Amino acid sequence: MTRIGVLALQGDFLEHEAVLRRLNVEPVEVRQPSDLADLDGLIVPGGESTTFCRLMQEYSLHEPLRGLLKAGVPTWGTCAGMIVLARRVSDLPFPTLEALDIEVKRNAYGRQVDSFEADLEVPALGELPYHAVFIRAPVVAEVGSGVEVLAVLPEGDPVIAGGSPVAVRQGNVLATAFHPELTEDTRFHRYFLGIVDAARRRSGAK
Amino acid sequence: MRSPEPVEGAIEKGSYVVKKGLAQMLKGGVIMDVVTPEHARIAEEAGACAVMALERVPADIRAAGGVARMADPEVIIRIMDAVTIPVMAKCRIGHFVEAQVLEALGVDFIDESEVLTPADESHHINKWPFKIPFVCGCRDLGEALRRIGEGAAMIRTKGEAGTGDIVEAVRHMRAVMDGIRKLQNMPEDELMAEAKALGAPYELLKETRDLGRLPVVNFAAGGVASPADAALMMQLGADGVFVGSGIFKSDDPEKRGAAIVKAVTHYNDPEVLAEVSRGLGEAMRGLDVRALPPEEHLATRGW
Repeated sequence: MTRIGVLALQGDFLEHEAVLRRLNVEPVEVRQPSDLADLDGLIVPGGESTTFCRLMQEYSLHEPLRGLLKAGVPTWGTCAGMIVLARRVSDLPFPTLEALDIEVKRNAYGRQVDSFEADLEVPALGELPYHAVFIRAPVVAEVGSGVEVLAVLPEGDPVIAGGSPVAVRQGNVLATAFHPELTEDTRFHRYFLGIVDAARRRSGAK
Repeated sequence: MRSPEPVEGAIEKGSYVVKKGLAQMLKGGVIMDVVTPEHARIAEEAGACAVMALERVPADIRAAGGVARMADPEVIIRIMDAVTIPVMAKCRIGHFVEAQVLEALGVDFIDESEVLTPADESHHINKWPFKIPFVCGCRDLGEALRRIGEGAAMIRTKGEAGTGDIVEAVRHMRAVMDGIRKLQNMPEDELMAEAKALGAPYELLKETRDLGRLPVVNFAAGGVASPADAALMMQLGADGVFVGSGIFKSDDPEKRGAAIVKAVTHYNDPEVLAEVSRGLGEAMRGLDVRALPPEEHLATRGW
């Protein structure tokens, strides 16, 4: 039985849990360090990154989460979750988990009035375009050499720069600036569960 | 694998999906009323997921009397500049020009609020044309679905703002949840009569019945003053909590704010609730709702 934790401090963790259940995976809500035992994977949902970081410190989750990531447990951050995983973040008065070699700018697409939907090409998910929902999304300003870019923004908007990375992966760490948990398309969740399965098989072979 | 290319494609802003989506990001969180940039920073530091920018908290609006209007844009802008979390602001019921002004300022969410003096006694704002989301108050399921029918992307209970008395918020949350349970147990051929009785759109009744919950996020508001109040509303089914006067009218706003945030995250864990409730100092003084004359009830504004 695959155990996927969903960080449940604040944000849209129930939406992620609903998608996991549709894919026959029973999620585990993570609020305290004891909830992290025996996880095969972890999702850091959308929400407010300042609230996440504040509560991670308050409940001594910061170090155990870093340990989990160092141990190579597959982890996926969506939007605020991407911020929490990034190595560098402008304008965040809290330490992140520093698990992904990217630099992120918070709210850099603008305020809520600039939140948007867009169709992305995501070769890792196949030929069909992926419809993505961006809400006060972070901008990925820099990507380290070990980081694979899975999707970029389309061209054509006068304000939003085409070609900007919006989905990235470094080893077992996945991050999306958008919210696959808010749409019916389960391909990103299945892609993440694929990473989890591969990691389980590798550790089982040891 | 080939690398992704930036294809030519449409980018759509301000859709209902992104409006509802921001409310989904606020779930499990606390939205705090603030009147100064300093308050806003205290709220952000305490772990608030958003702030409501006001000139006066509801308890002071109540005390001041007179006509309560949208806050001075100067106040709102200074608060927007002070924090990185979303900033909400209130407009009067039916005052769509105040809403246009708030949208032009770039606030993240508009609360069409009974705390301010209504501008229209017959009509709420048509919220569909706006690019930014609205939250509206309700007392029962019918009122919630009427507001959603007008385009609200988020619902909250009205409660009785500025009293520190949780009784009305409990009444309203139970009424919404009872209404949903009733729909779920109803044969489909009785739905139209129920829509007529509730005065709410049939399609939204049907959607609510299928989902087993409101089609948008539903927060508690109006009278939350303690961590236990906040957890009570969460256990009754709220997706999150607004705290108006309850924080900055208390003895120790920093401590009480942080405690209410923790109570909302751990609302089902009485041990954590006991721990965070300790030594918070005096809560806001409070008003017993039953002692208020009917004309001072804010929840009866709007329909």
